[in-house]
Amino acid sequence: MSSTWRTADVVEARFETATARTLALQFPEPVSSIGGQHVDIRLTAPDGYTAVRSFSVAGTLPPTGLEITVEELEDGEVSPYLVRDLTVGEQLEMRGPVGGWFVWQPSDTSPVQLIGGGSGVVPLMAMVRSHRAAGSTVPMQLLYSVRGPSSIIYRGELEKLEASSPPLPVEYVYTREAPPGEPVGRLSPATLMPRILPPAADPAVFICGATGFVETVAAWLVEAGYTESRIKTERYGGTGDGS
Amino acid sequence: MSLGLDDGLAGGTGAEAGGQDYLDGNALAGPLSEFSAGDLTVAEGRCENCGMTGVLATTRVYAHAPGMTARCRGCGSVLLRLTEAGGRTVLDLRGLSYLSIKRD
Repeated sequence: MSSTWRTADVVEARFETATARTLALQFPEPVSSIGGQHVDIRLTAPDGYTAVRSFSVAGTLPPTGLEITVEELEDGEVSPYLVRDLTVGEQLEMRGPVGGWFVWQPSDTSPVQLIGGGSGVVPLMAMVRSHRAAGSTVPMQLLYSVRGPSSIIYRGELEKLEASSPPLPVEYVYTREAPPGEPVGRLSPATLMPRILPPAADPAVFICGATGFVETVAAWLVEAGYTESRIKTERYGGTGDGS
Repeated sequence: MSLGLDDGLAGGTGAEAGGQDYLDGNALAGPLSEFSAGDLTVAEGRCENCGMTGVLATTRVYAHAPGMTARCRGCGSVLLRLTEAGGRTVLDLRGLSYLSIKRD
């Protein structure tokens, strides 16, 4: 067995939406994470069968803890267990946090545009929290595409961040169901571009969501003149329903 | 063109969709950490087949291939394979001409 695996205690669990749950994990030694990194979680069945999946770190609990937020995928092997069955006091086998590419460093000085679809907001939230914790003054804003208001992860915290000083600008795109007065709409270049930092700002762009979402949005941005090398993407394994 | 947004996403960056889809090379970070303490997904590699270069984090990774297989974004050739067998993790790099990393 590799020494890269270690055991974490589940110390808290809370639902963010009907299908997404945040797990707070404590390690026996200090752990650090850069916003955007992930951990690999390994589940082992009594017969020895193992399943390994990656989950984005949502935030840190210094010095020895971190949080992940897991969206349940109905036919998944791991996420239903993490969302429905795992209880506080149990342990998880884990590798990481890892990943050095889809990350935001507090030392970065350029403006940041975050674009998330569904639970793709999780690693972006880690960047937001890191930005706040560091007291960074670089502009950072979030465009968050969700099915409807009830599927907004971190809703209360995002509302507070929008109202704080300086505020975190958050733009929501509602794809199925919107609050009164808000449009239900599919994202298109025409609806996306006015709501994000312009190409002239040359922002670092982080896009996370399902493959179709990520690839389509990234292609639109390149077409609109954003610098391709400044666009970083992370796809989730789910195919989504495509609508 | 408009996009029907997929917000019914998987639980994480893992292969919860049963391999119908591919992931980013980001997902290689954990397995590759068994080979190097530094993050290898930020290393730039050259495809032996078509010559395209790019960081491993931007390759397409198929998670049930079996094991993990990273393919070139340009030509689709297999760049590397990670498999587990006999208590060992095996990293097959034959599709890469080289990997390079920035020096500190």
